[in-house]
Amino acid sequence: MSPASAHQRRIVIVGNGMAGASLAVMLAREPALDVTVIGAEPHAAYNRIRLSAVLAGDSTVGEIGLERSAATVIAGDAVTGIDRERRVVRTETGRQVAYDTLVLATGSTPITLSIPGGDLPGVFTFRDLADVERIAGTVGEGRPAVVIGGGLLGLEAAEGLRRRGMRVTVVHLMPTLMERQLDAAAGAVLKGELEGRGLEFCLSAQTDSFIGSDRVAAVRLKDGRELPADLVVVAIGVRPNIGLARDMGLACGRGILVDDALRSSDEAIYAVGECIEHQGRCYGLFAPAQEQVAACARQIKGDVAALYGGSVEATSLKVSGVALYSAGRQSAREGDDEIVLSHARDGVYRKLVTCGDRLVGAVLLGDASDGAWYGELIATGASIHAMRKDLIFGRQFAEAQPLAA
Amino acid sequence: MDGSTASPIVRTTCPYCGVGCGVLAQNDGDRVVIAGDPAHPANFGRLCSKGAALGETLALEGRLLYPEIRGQRVDWSTALDTVADGFAQTVRDHGPDAVAFYVSGQLLTEDYYVANKLIKGFLGTANIDTNSRLCMASSVAGHRRAFGADVVPGTYEDLENADLIVLVGSNLAWCHPVLFQRIVAARRQRPDLKLVVIDPRRTSTAEEADLHLALRPGSDAALFNGLLSYLAQTGKRDERFVTRHTAGAGPALAAAAAGGSLTEIAAACDLAAHPVETFFRLFAARERTVTVYSQGINQSSSGTDKVNAIINCHLLTGRIGRPGMGPFSVTGQPNAMGGREVGALANQLAAHMDFTPADRDRVGRFWRAPAIARQPGLKAVDLFQAVGSGRIKALWIMATNPVVSLPDSDTVRAALRACPLVVVSEGANTSETARFATVRLPALLWSERDGTVTNSERRVSRQRPFRSVPGEAKADWWILSQVATRLGFGEQFAYGSSADIFREHAALSAFENDGGRAFNIGALAMLNDDDYDRLEPVHWPFRPGDARPVERLFGDGQFSAPDRAATLVPVTPRMPVNHVDPAFPWILNTGRVRDQWHTMTRTAIPRLMVHMPEPTVSVHPTDAAGAGLIDGELAHLDSRWGDVLLRVQFSTAQRRGEVFAPMHWSWPLAGRSAVNRAVNPAVDPLSGQPELKHTPVRLTRFPAAWHGVVLARDPVALGDFDYTAVVPGESHWRYEIADRMPLVEAWNRLGVVFDAQGWSRAELRDAAGQRYRALWSGGEHNRACLFLGERADLPPRDVVAELFLADEARPLLAGGRGVANAGEGPIICVCHGVAQSRIAAAIRNGAATAEAIGAATRAGTNCGSCLPELRRLIATTSKVTA
Repeated sequence: MSPASAHQRRIVIVGNGMAGASLAVMLAREPALDVTVIGAEPHAAYNRIRLSAVLAGDSTVGEIGLERSAATVIAGDAVTGIDRERRVVRTETGRQVAYDTLVLATGSTPITLSIPGGDLPGVFTFRDLADVERIAGTVGEGRPAVVIGGGLLGLEAAEGLRRRGMRVTVVHLMPTLMERQLDAAAGAVLKGELEGRGLEFCLSAQTDSFIGSDRVAAVRLKDGRELPADLVVVAIGVRPNIGLARDMGLACGRGILVDDALRSSDEAIYAVGECIEHQGRCYGLFAPAQEQVAACARQIKGDVAALYGGSVEATSLKVSGVALYSAGRQSAREGDDEIVLSHARDGVYRKLVTCGDRLVGAVLLGDASDGAWYGELIATGASIHAMRKDLIFGRQFAEAQPLAA
Repeated sequence: MDGSTASPIVRTTCPYCGVGCGVLAQNDGDRVVIAGDPAHPANFGRLCSKGAALGETLALEGRLLYPEIRGQRVDWSTALDTVADGFAQTVRDHGPDAVAFYVSGQLLTEDYYVANKLIKGFLGTANIDTNSRLCMASSVAGHRRAFGADVVPGTYEDLENADLIVLVGSNLAWCHPVLFQRIVAARRQRPDLKLVVIDPRRTSTAEEADLHLALRPGSDAALFNGLLSYLAQTGKRDERFVTRHTAGAGPALAAAAAGGSLTEIAAACDLAAHPVETFFRLFAARERTVTVYSQGINQSSSGTDKVNAIINCHLLTGRIGRPGMGPFSVTGQPNAMGGREVGALANQLAAHMDFTPADRDRVGRFWRAPAIARQPGLKAVDLFQAVGSGRIKALWIMATNPVVSLPDSDTVRAALRACPLVVVSEGANTSETARFATVRLPALLWSERDGTVTNSERRVSRQRPFRSVPGEAKADWWILSQVATRLGFGEQFAYGSSADIFREHAALSAFENDGGRAFNIGALAMLNDDDYDRLEPVHWPFRPGDARPVERLFGDGQFSAPDRAATLVPVTPRMPVNHVDPAFPWILNTGRVRDQWHTMTRTAIPRLMVHMPEPTVSVHPTDAAGAGLIDGELAHLDSRWGDVLLRVQFSTAQRRGEVFAPMHWSWPLAGRSAVNRAVNPAVDPLSGQPELKHTPVRLTRFPAAWHGVVLARDPVALGDFDYTAVVPGESHWRYEIADRMPLVEAWNRLGVVFDAQGWSRAELRDAAGQRYRALWSGGEHNRACLFLGERADLPPRDVVAELFLADEARPLLAGGRGVANAGEGPIICVCHGVAQSRIAAAIRNGAATAEAIGAATRAGTNCGSCLPELRRLIATTSKVTA
């Protein structure tokens, strides 16, 4: 670790996940900044979104590495405390790193189930490379597996396991898969599509306990059913990682509270990524984190006008062959309108949510080719007035010239 | 053709209009190849769009194939017993005038003859009338008053030999296209052949004219009275002819003079004086003048007077019966003339004979008839009123669809509903009238029938069969003869063939005919069966012993009245019976469109539906704006008699305050659009012909909550909506619908219809955008699709039909958005399937004449029916680019 030269501002980023690492890339280019990234995971930063590809065997660990920055990286050493008055970060190994500006990018932690058998070997979360490696070590071809959670992550894990040859059942508390991104109709189309590939589903099902003596052998549901399982993946969501911030005395809600400048209650401390709460919202997705990172980088570089106004949450399901895209509202609120295009036989479902002349939500299934375009329309709030009627058919149709009369 | 499947070419005659074109027909496997007969003197090989499509009208879908009683199939014997017993019982219980026949200009002469003979000679009543009553009864009455007989003096060649052709109340270009093409060809050869069109509407015919007089509806008699005065004043009176061969010139001229000056006459006709004078001058200057008149004259409460006002002008100038001149009534139906010859009208007995004691005696002896009718029967409108009032209790309807074609037609529907015995002999099971039948009898249709028809120039031609008889269908004459036999008259109806009947008909025309009856085809009474089979088109009269038939009549001044003189009938013009008023401020005119025939039971085929797929009402845009009507939207048209829904079509061809609607549509294609529901039942006091072209009506915008279009591979029952128009298309059926019910309710109702088929459904729902669309597919193919919403948002029909048949999904739901070359516009040339956009492109590429367009696109090179539209497109397209 080279000591910062006197004229450089010292920036310390806590967390070497995707948010922290990409912020480091942006800031380390600035000669005026001395950037240090501290991460608990022993690996170099990697693309967490592609973990499911690693699980499925589509990618190797080496293939999902992120761009390296010129910043100083301290990996495999967790931050244990921060002295806000002295502006010093302490780590597990006893390092002390001084900062002028601190950025918390501590990410999120998987939610686990506090139920009987929850600590049995063979019950995993699906959050980091270590999880993937543990799961991969347990996979048995033709053997049963259960995934708890029919959200984005759970379905990706389930499909990854299926691709590895396991017989996978997904247990989901809600009647609709990915209910935060999809409406009931789209959920049904998705379920049909995944069933066609061999996944099984128990919807509206609550997990009672995990059964097994030395390791997990089955999942018992509240309705009494037992699902045999050599391994169980619990993917029921994440919660912002705020332990450190709370210990420091920063204002926290569900996440670290930040303003539009992404500043916490301590003006020397910023926070980005899945650990923050901005205008009452926590984000669990990659794109919002990138938008936060971009705004935060400009703030740190002195551009006080670079504000973060919140993100439209856009999701793409990374299950190969299932095109899915969701952005903004998945259902109409009071005063919104919906446009729905469905073609069950071809597994195509589209819903757009409009509010006045703006697009505020899009759910695409089966053909997500226009996702980026809709996402842009939602994000920019551009008027869709002139093409509203044909918007649902996608860019090619909506921007076509009107038919000759 | 390899000859293995192709059969011999059969020469026959077209079953549509009164031109009577020769047709060559040939079976080629499942297809029938149709061509114009180059040797037929009516058309010399030409055919119109309808005639050219005849081969496509012969499918057996919708055919009545077996006898039915109250919808249940029965054998012929049971059906015939029921008919015979029903008529016999009714005559026994209520007298002969409690029964009636309503027949048709679609019947062959032989059928017509047997029907007339049975009812007038054996059932003992003259209650037989024909749908020709709706068509040319005023011409018949006018001819009889002027000539002493129902005779059309001239021939089609006169049109080519004329120096002036005046078309009055005739959209010849659409209604008699081949005749019109003959005129167009003659004018091309001889540009000095002038064409004047007198018609309130600027029709396709009018667009070809040198002079178009868009006169006030119903003012024709005033105009021709004015002409008569003008001819007299300008020294055009043929003194020798008038003196020797006519009577009544004085009173006729006196009546005409009451019309006043040329300016006053023009005012009466709502015309400027100058064009009226131009017309009068042209007429005066050109001795070779033919005046063609049709339904615009005939369908009027003063139709007979109008006919005589026209004939008066020809009689005063002696321009009759010589090449290139004469009054010329053109009939609407293929055998209206044959019906007139056999006398199958309520006010004639038979073969140009009347109800005088001498005629009754003569016909009675010839027929060996026990109960010859004593006096004229009831004419069409009165006849159905008598059915409604219960005076007529047994009615036999043959080959016609009166609940659609008669005025005030809801009254006709009610009458049939109340009638104890309704027998319908029909080919089509899809005729609305057949729905009211107690007994349905399957009759032969064109391609199966064997007999003769007579065209507008008195030319008798053969219709010959070339297709096998479907199901248990029978010739009308056979059905009638079988009933006659069951009534005990087997001996008088022992016909073995249509040739037997023709010989008897010919013999009656000559029977004790000393020359007093113009209709005489006695020379044909001795034809043997082979001669009859080979009979070439032949004019009447053709008297026994004559070497050849008479081509033109009256050129020698010898008319058919007992004193051999013609009569100029004094005419005091009468305007239509029902006037517009503040409640009903518009005049409704009705008529035909180019590619359709009557009530569409045969012509509702894909090729003939593209020109005009839906029932329309043409309205002048300025009038429409005042009434809040929108081009392409639906209008509610109502009168004191009934109401209909029609698609609004803006047209500057309409006079202000006047609208036009086609008479064709009805159930099952568009039950709420059968325009005769709204048409008034006023009739001409002499001819009994209804005033179909003049009804006061009101038009309001129909408040449809939504409009829709459905495409389906197979016919489907959509349920009841305010407006439905079925449009048969190539390999699919299209339904145009609209209703006042909420859009979502319609969406749900229609969804159930197709979901019930077990098909997979794709859909688009956009409540705020008022756009609901669905596609159902089953197996590999699209089965049905549905578009609901605002009318202007419905997709181009040709585009979605193409996508639908190509089994596309998303581009179809997108209504063709993003599809290249979408939207060719309407098909203008149906013979070659050329769309408007291609014609416009040819014009933009320099085609400045219809011929040049034809060279570039083939449009207009077959039947020529679309030539006026091509010329209009040239005019409008060049305006845009200029």
